[in-house]
Amino acid sequence: MRSTLPLRAPEEPRLRSLNGAAASAVRFRDARIEMAHGAGGKASRRLVEGLFAPLLFANSAQPLNDAAVLSFDSVTLAITTDSFVVRPLQFPGGSIGELAVNGTLNDLAVSGARAHAMTATFVLEEGLATAVLEAEVRAMANALQDAGVALVAGDTKVVERGKADGMYITTTGIGRPLPGIVVDARSVRPGDKVILSGPIGDHGITILLARGDLDLEADLASDTRSVLPMIEAMAVQAAPGIRWMRDPTRGGVATSLNELARDCGLGVVMSEDAIPIRDEVRGACELLGLDPLHIANEGQFLAVVAPEYATAALNALELTEGGEDAVIIGEMCPEPACAVLVTTRYGGSRIVDMLVGDPLPRIC
Amino acid sequence: MKYVDEFRDPELISKAAEEIRRLADTGRHYRIMEVCGGHTHAIYRFGLKDILPSNIELIHGPGCPVCVLPMGRIDDGLSVARDPGVIFTAFGDMMRVPGASGSPLEHKARGTDVRIVYSPADALQLARKNPERHVMFFAIGFETTAPSTALTLIRARAEGVKNFSVFCNHVTIVPAIRAILDSPDMRLDAFIGPGHVSTVIGCRPYEWIARNEGKPVVTSGFEPLDLLQSIVMLLHQLRAGEARVENQYRRVVPWEGNRAALKAMAEVFELRPYFEWRGLGFISQSALKLRDEYAEWDAERRFPIPGARITDPKAAQCGEVLKGVLKPAQCKLFGRECTPEHPIGALMVSTEGSCAAHYHYEHRKNLVSVA
Repeated sequence: MRSTLPLRAPEEPRLRSLNGAAASAVRFRDARIEMAHGAGGKASRRLVEGLFAPLLFANSAQPLNDAAVLSFDSVTLAITTDSFVVRPLQFPGGSIGELAVNGTLNDLAVSGARAHAMTATFVLEEGLATAVLEAEVRAMANALQDAGVALVAGDTKVVERGKADGMYITTTGIGRPLPGIVVDARSVRPGDKVILSGPIGDHGITILLARGDLDLEADLASDTRSVLPMIEAMAVQAAPGIRWMRDPTRGGVATSLNELARDCGLGVVMSEDAIPIRDEVRGACELLGLDPLHIANEGQFLAVVAPEYATAALNALELTEGGEDAVIIGEMCPEPACAVLVTTRYGGSRIVDMLVGDPLPRIC
Repeated sequence: MKYVDEFRDPELISKAAEEIRRLADTGRHYRIMEVCGGHTHAIYRFGLKDILPSNIELIHGPGCPVCVLPMGRIDDGLSVARDPGVIFTAFGDMMRVPGASGSPLEHKARGTDVRIVYSPADALQLARKNPERHVMFFAIGFETTAPSTALTLIRARAEGVKNFSVFCNHVTIVPAIRAILDSPDMRLDAFIGPGHVSTVIGCRPYEWIARNEGKPVVTSGFEPLDLLQSIVMLLHQLRAGEARVENQYRRVVPWEGNRAALKAMAEVFELRPYFEWRGLGFISQSALKLRDEYAEWDAERRFPIPGARITDPKAAQCGEVLKGVLKPAQCKLFGRECTPEHPIGALMVSTEGSCAAHYHYEHRKNLVSVA
């Protein structure tokens, strides 16, 4: 979950609402910040909705999206920001630098926008080897070049040894909306199809194994990548049918879909067999008692598409590099309201809740 | 995935479900207790209630180690970790279990050094790597996890690792089943016997349940087909008026148990005269403590322990739910004051707890959209 708001009413002066913030009700009652507050699940949502939104956001009644869309005179821009604190810094399939670029590109992409420029802030730990830093800066440069995005501003801070696990990176991305796409949970209708771009859980399980705390090995790599090419391809064929998108990072597919269900008041009904999961991920989850639906992804997205556009959207994804495994995993239903239900091939069903607690801290 | 997919085969599952409908007498209501928390979780996760006929009622038993641990033990364990020289280690399941002074995770946020480990051997490794600190492993679990604690202690003693100790909360399953059967408000027809516990203790320890109490027991695996097949086996016995112990989980459970594991447990542990179980009260000979030879690694003997006794909040009905007298949703606090995020009772914390399983997988199924 991100903490940016879609500001579709720029005529509302932002300063005034900030001045009025003292009157807003703060409902966050947890006495201290715990790791779970950063895990992207229920506790994160409580923190954002209970403390940040009422004091900082102009219109906290709106659903929280991955990016905000702002209009200045006749120009519409999308903006998002994200911090990266992954441990270890490098892992099979990617590293913090590449993640810091693609994560922000993806937040814009699933908000229906193409990134144009980015800023970066580095918090570096005293003693960090220059070679390590340079490798990450190169990874960022490559990802920026692949995406055709310019880095236009930055900042560097250094903190004492032991304070930042090598480095933290924050990126902010600014972009233009893709023509014809409006991403809004409130436009979702019963019968809409839920599309998933590919197999889930690769990133979270890769990080878990890369930490080496478990004596488990698997031939698995993070799925970290830009999802923009897939979304652009889908938009060409099905833009008017796209109602909602999200990249299921922390908290996984279950958390993203629960947020959708809550924001639109409908239920998401998924077929368990339809959800693509690699055997390595399934195996690790079975062993560790984790639900793959709660495991983070960095290169997948979910889209809700009107039924008449679903086939076109899916075909477009399947023809795009990296979208070959895209699949319809379920549909929107009036019941169960505000919840996600998974059905099995043998006739059982279960509710899938948002992530509670934090099975795996610091994955992005 | 081998050993998983074949036990989730839709065709075989629908055949087993058909067999259950054929065997179950429509005029009779069957109350079958699954003892093990792992089974409770699997039943909810696979939505097996949707498949079973309505006259087969599954009662969730006391076999969730986190759930039966009295709150005071958590406070006792955490009191040791107040010393900044101590690293508190435990399985992830324990981390959100509330003591009177907060859960291990809340203590971590306040500065206590709390770490999740996946095995007691990891805690011992942590002790080797941090010779200037003391590493305490907060051990929980039935006979499933007790052997790995025992082996770790045997190794710690052999290597002479002095900065390591175990706060032992290991319990044994059979006295808990006896307590359930002795409970006057409990009517049960049969038991789905524990799977993982039985890999260690085998099937013999349940024979008295069949012989003396006349209740069939089938030791079961954790996949949907395992559980349905176990119910088929129980119904066959009930129809024939028999009561035997049978082993459905033969691919993992040896009838005589795991002798090496039992030997390690016997070397390290002895029975406590009595131990308090959350919801069930004091049960004699139901828990393990370290033998005198291991006193040096026994956190309860090494550190001053307050011996906190904390009663559950009055409104919480964990005991009734734990014994199967109440369904999770029938507790006054369920889903209101008590949720997986803010658990009041332990049944809401562990994924194996029946309240958490019900809340996660069942609770909101019937909500209808007003939009």
